[in-house]
Amino acid sequence: MNTVDVIIIGAGVVGSATARELSRYDLDILVLERSSDVCEGTSKANSGIVHAGYDAKPGTKKAYFNVRGSLLMEDLSKELDFAYKRNGSLVLCFSEDEIQKLEELKARGETNGVKDIRILNKEELLRKEPNLSKGVVAALYAPTGAIVDPFGLTIALAENAFVNGVKFKFDEEVISVAKDGDEFIVKTAKGEYKAKAVVNAAGVYSDAIHNMVCADKITITARKGEYCLYDKKVGGTVSSTVFRLPGALGKGVLVTPTVHGNLLIGPTATDTPDKEEVCTTAEGLSSVISGGAISLESVPSKSVITSFAGLRAHSDQGDFVIGESSVSGFFDAAGIESPGLSAAPAIGAHLAEEVSKKLAAREKENFIAKRKGIPSMALASDEEKKRLIEEDPLYANVVCRCELVTEGEIVNSIRRPLGATTLDGVKRRTRAGMGRCQSGFCSPTTIEIIARELGISACEVTKHGKGSEFIEDHK
Amino acid sequence: MKKKIAIIGGGPAGLAAAVAAKENGVDDIVIIERAPSAGGILMQCIHNGFGLHTFKEELTGPEYADRYIKKAKEKDVEIFLSTFAIDVSKDKVITCMSKDKGIFTIEADSIILAMGCRERPRGALNTPGYRPAGIYSAGTAQKFVNIEGKLPGKEVVILGSGDIGLIMARRMTLEGAKVKAVAEIMPYSGGLKRNIVQCLDDFDIPLKLSTTVVDIDGKDRVKSVTLAKVDEKLNPIPGTEEVIPCDTLLLSCGLLPENELSQAIGVDLSPVTGGPKVNESLETNIPGVFAAGNVLHVHDLVDYVSEEAANAGKHAAEYVKRLSEKTSDASEKEYVVETGTGVRYTVPMTVRPSECDTLTTVRFRVGNVYKNPEICVYMGDRCVLRRKKQICAPGEMEQVILKKADLDTLKDGETIKVLLENV
Repeated sequence: MNTVDVIIIGAGVVGSATARELSRYDLDILVLERSSDVCEGTSKANSGIVHAGYDAKPGTKKAYFNVRGSLLMEDLSKELDFAYKRNGSLVLCFSEDEIQKLEELKARGETNGVKDIRILNKEELLRKEPNLSKGVVAALYAPTGAIVDPFGLTIALAENAFVNGVKFKFDEEVISVAKDGDEFIVKTAKGEYKAKAVVNAAGVYSDAIHNMVCADKITITARKGEYCLYDKKVGGTVSSTVFRLPGALGKGVLVTPTVHGNLLIGPTATDTPDKEEVCTTAEGLSSVISGGAISLESVPSKSVITSFAGLRAHSDQGDFVIGESSVSGFFDAAGIESPGLSAAPAIGAHLAEEVSKKLAAREKENFIAKRKGIPSMALASDEEKKRLIEEDPLYANVVCRCELVTEGEIVNSIRRPLGATTLDGVKRRTRAGMGRCQSGFCSPTTIEIIARELGISACEVTKHGKGSEFIEDHK
Repeated sequence: MKKKIAIIGGGPAGLAAAVAAKENGVDDIVIIERAPSAGGILMQCIHNGFGLHTFKEELTGPEYADRYIKKAKEKDVEIFLSTFAIDVSKDKVITCMSKDKGIFTIEADSIILAMGCRERPRGALNTPGYRPAGIYSAGTAQKFVNIEGKLPGKEVVILGSGDIGLIMARRMTLEGAKVKAVAEIMPYSGGLKRNIVQCLDDFDIPLKLSTTVVDIDGKDRVKSVTLAKVDEKLNPIPGTEEVIPCDTLLLSCGLLPENELSQAIGVDLSPVTGGPKVNESLETNIPGVFAAGNVLHVHDLVDYVSEEAANAGKHAAEYVKRLSEKTSDASEKEYVVETGTGVRYTVPMTVRPSECDTLTTVRFRVGNVYKNPEICVYMGDRCVLRRKKQICAPGEMEQVILKKADLDTLKDGETIKVLLENV
């Protein structure tokens, strides 16, 4: 049996952030992930927004961690080299009566500690965002609102944790957690592990994990959100992240640029009993478009390049469930729905502090805080491109034409610490296949490169783990 | 480096343009090709049926390409292989990248755009459902099968009846897969009649018209797709759903001219074709920038691509020669080619009679299936051409040939009009 100090269940953004922050300490840490890669659940299919923090009710954990996470995010993006942009956010209102609600939201933001928020009148608003619906009346403007690459963030955190000694085991779904004296026994289909502390960061399954150990049960509902992603040609439709005044099921359909320059519209909000139901629906996609049409003068429907759905972990507690549970040594990060991505760095830091105190762990002297991402040919200057190609001619071999991703970047994504092993893994690390042709052109070549680098046959290369093979085995 | 003519793309259009430019007296030419060999998409089209017009015999795609590659070699056309054009500036400087040469630039007097087209992906159709492995565009599947010798699936449904989809229905069948259905949202196929007969009918593969995919199931690999009939507005009709178990969905739902580089130069595009707006010389709004082949408008037969591209090559050569002779391009009278009933677009979109040879070809596609139509051309209000056809369909490109003598009758304010009558 493998014995470690801490087991973290789940390698999404929260699990990875916790792993990274805990790796500052002299602890033996193991992350168990049921998928074949990090960032395979909620963390990969969301709005990619760093919320300013005016939305959550003051005094809640959502408000606390959102504001702190948002403050940490910019420095973290420099330290760990992932895409982040402070583009500002807007909350639109469409009638004079609603201005009062904007004022309330502003006051709430100020209570939460959000800086520089103000209300823009119609004229100011349309000058800033000329493609908004002409029906807008006013908006709350939060300059600290930002956008982030959710894959980049999660992968960077996990890679940095890995470099600092955290072990990751993939394709290991936890089937039971039990306390045995001072220790926890965590079982997966592949093995049994012992740990002094367990962190539950299991996303939509964080209730199942929590309830294996704790008498006070929680319920997490999977709340589906569908999105449409648009071509970079229309990426400039808005420069800020555009919300409408929130309703009962969340913040409604938002319209935002992504850090990579696409336009994103979504999400819907429908509760589903099936925690694997990441399919889009005709109704969902049409309500994304009609939702976008409220905020925008016109939705560039012809420029859609893909649609997707993600599941948020909605807790019946109405707030994040964070910290040590009723069982000593068992820590929760459950019900991390929006603003979870924004909050993740702060949740990670908080849990690391709690867990390290509990285990009386000492900080390491050799913690490596910085991480360098994969150089991007698409973003490099001509000088940088030249230098990259001189160092490695594979950086001159374009594999993905839409996003200008080269063989050099793809090989880097596979060979680097905690590297990609699947087509989706390569895609999320390099953007190969994320462009307007959606991998039609590059997937055969990328599959070939993955097979070559991993020393496997093309038949064994998968989209996102076992069962998602591309090629029929002739044997 | 400097070049008289730089051709972006070494497929059938680029090769034919290069050969023609050489034949018209310009030597300093280069083709920029991203693949390790010239020939473009023809190299994966291993079926026959190419070259009936050009060579009066039936060739496979690679054979057809080889004829032009040989011609280009005989004429010493320089081809930069495995070289990617990543940017083109408005003053015709092309930035390229290759493993051998690193990053380098080509300053060209004239550029011929011959980048071809790409397939419309699932995302652009906004088809609901899961996103598992096993969904490929038909051309991607064709590359897997014909180039790499790999089979992307065993039980197949094909959405869209474009030519590549039809060809792949046959190919997948020959490779041992079971093609269960080809679904087409329109009430007619977007492919050539001969492909429907030879690729579907001959293999008993059902073509389901007015039918689309409304759901895709399978978290890891495709498990099934749900087909449904659509109404006249192309909306699925509830109650007509049919679940077809399969492991693969191929998409053949249209081709999109690949004009990112054209846009970088500032070339105006037609919203109908997605390709550049060109005049009779296949010249775009940017003087000295020409376009031919599928980057201009999607063709049905490669023979027409070669013919069109040769024309572009010839005009590019003339442009370059005029530059060196320092004779300025006099402002000639230009007439718009208007589309009438049934005609979706024309290439060219404008004509300068002074620049026309004795005969000028205008290619177009119709927007629906028409039985016994008459293709008509008017110069102003004068009908100069009337041709009866048994059938016109969107899947087949049509053409009319304009006589210089007729073009010379055009007066200020008049247009050339191409339309269908008797429909």
